[in-house]
Amino acid sequence: MQLSKDELLRAYRMMKSIREFEERLHVEFATGEIPGFVHLYAGEEASATGVCMHLDDRDKIASNHRGHGHSIAKGCDIDAMMAEIYGKATGLCAGKGGSMHIADLGKGMMGANGIVGGGPPLVCGAALAAKQLGTGGVAVAFFGDGASNQGTTMESLNLASVWNLPAIFVVENNGYAEATSSKYSVACDDAADRASAFNMPGVVVDGHDFFAVYEAAGEAVRRAREDSAPTLIEVKINRYYGHFEGDAQTYRGKDEVKILRETKDCLDKFRDKVTSASLLEKGELDAVDADVAQIIDDSVDRAKAADKPPVSELMTDVYISY
Amino acid sequence: MARTISYQQAIGEALDQEMARDETVVIMGEDVAGGAGSPGEDDAWGGVLGVTKGLYGKYGDRVMDTPITESAFIGAAVGAATAGLRPVAELMFIDFMGVCFDQIFNQAAKFRYMFGGKAETPVVIRTMYGAGFRAAAQHSQCLYPVFTHIPGLKVVTPATPYDAKGLLIQSIRDNDPVIFCEHKALYTIEGDVPEEAYAIPFGEANVTREGDDVSIVTLGRMVHVAEEAATALEKDGISCEIVDLRTTSPMDEDTIIETVENTGRLVVLDESNPRCSIATDVAALVSQEAFSALKAPIRMVTAPHVPVPFADNLEDLYIPDSGQVQQAVRTVMGKD
Amino acid sequence: MSESIRALCMPKWGLSMKEGTVAAWLMDEGDEVSPGDEVMDVETEKISSAVESPDGGVLRRRVAEEGETLPVGAILGVLADEDASDADIDAFVEEFQANYVPPADDEEDTGTATEVVEVSGRSIRYLKRGQDGVPVILVHGFGGDLNNWLFNHEALAAKRAVYALDLPGHGSSDKDVGEGSVAALAGVLAGFLDALGIDKAHFVGHSLGGAIVLKTAIDHPGKTASLTLIGSAGLGPDINDSYLSGFISAERRKDLKPHVEQLFSDPALVTRQLINDLLAFKRIDGVQAALETIKAAFAPDGCQALIMRDEIEKLDIPILVVWGSGDQIIPVSHSEGLPSSLRVEVMGGQGHMVQMEAASEINKLIDDLIG
Repeated sequence: MQLSKDELLRAYRMMKSIREFEERLHVEFATGEIPGFVHLYAGEEASATGVCMHLDDRDKIASNHRGHGHSIAKGCDIDAMMAEIYGKATGLCAGKGGSMHIADLGKGMMGANGIVGGGPPLVCGAALAAKQLGTGGVAVAFFGDGASNQGTTMESLNLASVWNLPAIFVVENNGYAEATSSKYSVACDDAADRASAFNMPGVVVDGHDFFAVYEAAGEAVRRAREDSAPTLIEVKINRYYGHFEGDAQTYRGKDEVKILRETKDCLDKFRDKVTSASLLEKGELDAVDADVAQIIDDSVDRAKAADKPPVSELMTDVYISY
Repeated sequence: MARTISYQQAIGEALDQEMARDETVVIMGEDVAGGAGSPGEDDAWGGVLGVTKGLYGKYGDRVMDTPITESAFIGAAVGAATAGLRPVAELMFIDFMGVCFDQIFNQAAKFRYMFGGKAETPVVIRTMYGAGFRAAAQHSQCLYPVFTHIPGLKVVTPATPYDAKGLLIQSIRDNDPVIFCEHKALYTIEGDVPEEAYAIPFGEANVTREGDDVSIVTLGRMVHVAEEAATALEKDGISCEIVDLRTTSPMDEDTIIETVENTGRLVVLDESNPRCSIATDVAALVSQEAFSALKAPIRMVTAPHVPVPFADNLEDLYIPDSGQVQQAVRTVMGKD
Repeated sequence: MSESIRALCMPKWGLSMKEGTVAAWLMDEGDEVSPGDEVMDVETEKISSAVESPDGGVLRRRVAEEGETLPVGAILGVLADEDASDADIDAFVEEFQANYVPPADDEEDTGTATEVVEVSGRSIRYLKRGQDGVPVILVHGFGGDLNNWLFNHEALAAKRAVYALDLPGHGSSDKDVGEGSVAALAGVLAGFLDALGIDKAHFVGHSLGGAIVLKTAIDHPGKTASLTLIGSAGLGPDINDSYLSGFISAERRKDLKPHVEQLFSDPALVTRQLINDLLAFKRIDGVQAALETIKAAFAPDGCQALIMRDEIEKLDIPILVVWGSGDQIIPVSHSEGLPSSLRVEVMGGQGHMVQMEAASEINKLIDDLIG
C-alpha cells in the first residue's frame, strides 16, 4: 500500500499525539490532581492509528477502558479530552464521564467503556444500523485479550457472522489482562484462532508495525464495506504502563518495559522506515513532534484552568424528557 | 373507532403501526419471526406467544430472529439505537435479564448522562413477566422494581389492551431507553382499543375506580385483582379507589398523594417480591409526603419473599389474590 | 286496572350507557308531575343529569331507591291518577318487573349503531335515529363529537329523522381537516347532505358547530329548512381563547380538567370518565394537528375570524338562538341585537353546554321551531 506523504504525516501525527497525550497524563496523574482512574495506551499507538486511518465520519468505533488512543485516532478533540479527564465542564462529556467513559458520538466514537466486553455488542448494533440505513459505514470494536474471553465478545462474533454485519473486531493483545497473563487466561495460542469458530477470518498482526496494522485493517474495512462481512484482527502489542495508573506492575519481568521501549517502539520503527525510504524527512517529523508537544502542553494548561461542572449538572441529562 | 381486541393483539398492532409509520423501527429477539433458517415457515412462531406474528411477512429484514445470545442482541439493540435505528428488542422473559443486564443498566441507561448529554438511546426492550402459568421460578418473576431503581431507564407496566397499545406507541416514540413489561397472564384479556394510533404519556396513572374509603395503588395484572376485591368490598359498604400506576418510572406521584389525601387509607398491591418492590417505594413516598393525610398505617400486599413455586396449589398461594386485598382493606379500615 | 298508570324508566343517554345510579329523588310520592319536570338525579359513568318525566300525573310510587344502580329501561317510578288504587299500582309494578329484559351487553342490534359515509375522500361517522320528515342535523362544537347530543338526539327523533355527525378531526371521523376553517367545514357539511341524498334539513349547531351551520345556511339557503344556534360561534368576535389553547395543549388529566369545567354551569358534571374520554380522543394521532389547524383558522389572534351577523339578517328561514346566561366560552352578549325575526332565548344560570344541562327545555324549543 502506498500512502501519500500527507497520509504518512497524518499517521505519524496521530501516533505522536497519542504518545504525548499519554506520557503527559502519566506525569500529571502522579501529582494527584486527576480524579479517578486512567488506563494508558502508550506503546499501542500503531493499533488505533493503523485501523482508524481507514475510517471516516460514517464509521463508528467502540473502545474499552484504555480508550484515549482510540478517541484521538477517531478525531476527538484533544483539549476536550484532556478537560474531560480532569473532570472539567469543558470536557468532551461535560465532566460527567471521565477517562473511562470518554465519548463523542458526533465523531462516531461510541465511548470508552468501564465494562470489559461492553463494546462488541454495541458495535454489532452500530454495524446493523449502518446496514439497515444504507450508510456504507463500518463499525470497529477495540478490546483487549481479557475481553476476548468475555461472553459478550463471543456472542458478538457469532451475531456479526450470522447477521453478516460490517463489523471489525480488533483484539489488542498486550499480553496482560489487568495483572494476569494472556498466556494463562486465553485458552488458545492466538485470540485470532477463535475467528474460524465464528466463520470469519482471523488475522494476527505485529502491533508495533504501523504498516502491518494498516494493511490488515485495510482488508478488513474493505471486506466490511463491500461484502458486509466481519473480521477479527489480533494485534500483538505491548503497553508501557500498568493496567491503571498506580499499578506497580510487579507482575512484569525485570526491565521488560525498558527493553520494549528500546527495541519495539512503534514510533521509532515508523520513523526509521519512512526516513530510510526517503518518504519523509527527519525535519518534517521533528516539526510534528514539536507541534504536538505544544498542543498537549496547551491542552493541559487549559484543562487545569477550566472550571468544574456547575452543581446543577448533577441532575441534568439523565433522560431526554421525564 | 374503538373495537374489542386482546392485550396481545393491541401490542402487535402498536408494533405494526409504528413500523409502518417509521422505517427506522426494527424488531429483534428470539423467535420474533421464529423460523429463520428452518426448512418450514419463516415466521412459524411470531414470538413465543404469538405477539409478533405477521410482522415478518410485512417488514422482512426489519424483523430479525436472534441466536440465544441476549447480551449480544440486547447490546446490539442499544448500540443500534445510538446509531440511528429505533430498535424494539424482545427479552423473552424478564427473568433472563441476568444475562444481559449490563447492556441495559450500565450501557443504555447511562450513555446520556456519562456522555454529557450527547447520546440518544431510543431503544425499547419488551419483556414478559408475571406468575400464573406454572412456569416456575425462572420464568415467572416480576422484576420491574430492579429496572425502576436504575436512573436513566423508563419502566412501563400496562394493565389493559388500551393502555398496552398506547403505552407501547409512546415507548417507541420516546427517545430514552424504555423497558416495556407485559404480564403474560394478561395477553388474552380483551378491551376496547381504537383502530387509530395514539400515545399515552408516561407518568400518568389511571384512576380506574373512584372511591372514598381506601386507596388501592397497584399495577399490571394486580389492577384486575384490585377490581375484584373492590367489587366484593362494595357489598359491605366499603368504597375503594383504585389507581393503576401504568408506569413505575416515571411514576405519577401526584395522583398517589392525591388519592391518599382523598381517602386517608392506603393499600399498595404489587405482585413482585416484597423487598425493594414498588409496594415499598409507594409506601415510603406516601409516608414522607402525605403522612398527615393518613388515618391508618399503610398495608402492602405482595408475593412472599420466595422464588415462584411450581406446584399449582403453591403458585396460587404465591400470587396475591382478591381475598388478601380485601383483608388488607379491612385492616386499614379497622374492621378486621 | 287503570289505564293511566305509567312507568317512569331509566333513560338511555348516549350510545354506551348501560346503567345508571339513582343519585337522588327530586320529588316525593304524592307530588303532581308535569311533563318535563325533573323527577330524579341519575349518575352514569360518563355524566350526571336529571331524569325528566315524559308524562304528567301524580308520582304514586318511587320504585327505585337512592343509591340503587339499574339498567337502562328499568322501572324507576310510577305515575298515575290520584284515584288509582295501591293494589293496582303494585300489580303494575309486578307485571313490569316480570316482563322486563335488561339490554344485552353487545347491544348494537337495536339500530343505534353509528355509520360511516365518505365525503370528498374523508370518512365521516354519524348516527341516525328516527325516520321520515325533513331531517334534523346536529353539529357539535370544538373538541366534541356526536355524543354531545346524547340528551337531545332520541327526544328529537320521536317525530322525524335526526342525524348527528362527527366533524373532521373529531370523534371517529377522518382527522384530515384540510384548511380547517368554518367555511371548509361548512363545505364538508354540505357534502355530507349530498352523500346521504338529503335535499333539505333543519340544522342545529353548538358553539363552532353553530358557525358551521350558519355558514352552510348562508351558502346553501335552499338546503336549509331552519337554523338553531346554541351558544354559537360566528355572531361576534369574542372567544375564550385560553380555553381553546388550554384544551389543545393539556396532555394530562389535571391539566385538562380546569378547562373542561369552564364548559358547564355545574362543574361536578365533569366526571373522571368524561376527562378520560377527552384525553383518549386527544391522544389519537392527527387530533392535535387537526385541533390546532381549526383553532388557527377559527381564531387566529384570539378573536373569531368569521362573523356573520350581517348575513343572518338576509336569511329567510326560521331561526332560533339559544344561550346560557353564564356561558364562559362565547359570551351571551353575542345573542343581543340580532334581527327581531329571530327567536332568541337566554337561559338563566346555564353555561356553554346548555344543550346538555337544560336538555328538555332545548328539545322543546327546537321542537316548537321545527313543528
